Amino acid sequence: MRSKRLFQSIAGRQWVAWIPTVWLLTFFLVPFLVVLKISLSESAIAMPPYQPIVQWLEGGLAEIRLNFGNYLFLIDDPLYLASYGESVRIALVSTLVTLFIGYPMAHVIAMAPEPRRTLLLILVILPFWTSFLLRVYAWIAILKSNGLLNAVLLNLGLISEPLVILQTDLAVYLGIAYTYLPFMVLPLYAALSKLDRTLLEAAEDLGATPWVSFWTVTLPLTLPGIFAGSLLVFVPAIGEFVIPALLGGNDTLMIGKVLWNEFFANRDWPIASAVAIIMLCLIVGPLMWLSRLQSRAERA
Amino acid sequence: MRLSRFVFPVAASLGFGFLYIPILILVVYSFNASKLVTVWGGLSTQWYVELFRDPQILDAAKLSFQIAAISATLALALGLAAAITLVRFEWFRGRTWLTGMVAAPLVMPEVITGLSLLLLFVALDNLFGWPSGRGVTTIILAHTTFGMAFVAVIIQARLRGMDRTLEEAAMDLGARPLVVFFTITIPTIAPALVAAWLLAFTLSLDDLVIASFVSGPGSSTLPMVVFSKVRLGISPDINALATLMILIVGLGGAVGFWQMRRAMRRR
Repeated sequence: MRSKRLFQSIAGRQWVAWIPTVWLLTFFLVPFLVVLKISLSESAIAMPPYQPIVQWLEGGLAEIRLNFGNYLFLIDDPLYLASYGESVRIALVSTLVTLFIGYPMAHVIAMAPEPRRTLLLILVILPFWTSFLLRVYAWIAILKSNGLLNAVLLNLGLISEPLVILQTDLAVYLGIAYTYLPFMVLPLYAALSKLDRTLLEAAEDLGATPWVSFWTVTLPLTLPGIFAGSLLVFVPAIGEFVIPALLGGNDTLMIGKVLWNEFFANRDWPIASAVAIIMLCLIVGPLMWLSRLQSRAERA
Repeated sequence: MRLSRFVFPVAASLGFGFLYIPILILVVYSFNASKLVTVWGGLSTQWYVELFRDPQILDAAKLSFQIAAISATLALALGLAAAITLVRFEWFRGRTWLTGMVAAPLVMPEVITGLSLLLLFVALDNLFGWPSGRGVTTIILAHTTFGMAFVAVIIQARLRGMDRTLEEAAMDLGARPLVVFFTITIPTIAPALVAAWLLAFTLSLDDLVIASFVSGPGSSTLPMVVFSKVRLGISPDINALATLMILIVGLGGAVGFWQMRRAMRRR
């Protein structure tokens, strides 16, 4: 147990623990409280464009004005409700697309011998290190009506007129699947490489076809990896802005885009804050599920 | 096993194609003399020349590199402290909070992080007069915060998998904890430290959404300039920029693979 005392004897160990904690409290947690506060204030034509909630009156009296109007406005306007629904739907479909593309890749990597396994892993991670923005941009040239995909399909004679893919939801699914693929493959790979292969051999010995043993052994045992990967794609995808802005159409309503427009185009900070608070409520459930999965994986 | 001999390998090859074909297209078309993607106008390096003549892009790139270097360094220090706390300080009472706050930024939608940080900075400015206005400082603070989360995750994994016997041996021989830390722990996890710094650097260099929220006039980062160009349509000089980035990252990946292979052979 000497090793446990290693850091305990450093005089500054309290500092080591508290500095990152206080930093994250200040720059990650407290900001949410500020957002909550602003979401309850009235917008104003000023800088910053909102009115203070607490106003000091004469004689030590304070007047607190909470404005729930922003939330009522969001609930009342079908546009906002629709964009929350659309965000969840688009994130869900994209997650399924990503899973469908990612699972075979993770399977092949997990079963590959070294050093091919490392090479394939690096190949999956490498695009994540190049610019996200530029990887989304690459798809514009491929998908647009006079783009590469249409040119190839037209030349092959498979279609007679260009397909409209850019500025549709389909382009958004593709964009999300493309940019978030490493987040899906890595947890799947972790789950698949831990898979006990003797179980598969046993299933085979007992006469199970490959498909049957996949559905009854591999898939159930890698479910935690599937859930972890799916959540890592689903949660950030809900609030995605760049992909719907560049690949989606004007009618692609995603909540990240709505928030962006409220903030930058309408300069309505209180409404943008209310949009953010409702979005937070939406992802809190999946987030907690993810952290439970991760802490279970760490203990295993 | 037809499934893992045939179906999965074919599907996986398609998956790798899906990952790399768009990147390949970017590279090829950065050398296309024609402005149109469907027309091959011959080999040309004119878009690279144009890229290096664009003062807006050059200034933004310089600013982005500075911000990325500073915030990655801060993120490395803070993330390392967080990782050590999480892996080795079982006595720490804020552990549960720290665990959650390290994990959440990884999946938090960027628009929420951006908006909440901006509102915090405005509130701090009103209360304390710091940070006065928005600009480079606020971008660095924001990038440090989400960078440190990624750093902490990488270093945490390395610390968990680390062989502790060397540290214990040094302690038994009478080395003081700080000496052990700097002569054994740090060198052992050095590759993870390098990877973590590089990742924090890349993420900062790449961030559009958070920077857009917390930046002020005169502090446009490279992604902000690229985004405003791309929104207007395809511009081939952006292909050239992308190719340069891919080249750097590809070289890094190749070096990483080569290093890992050497390490494995030695074992």
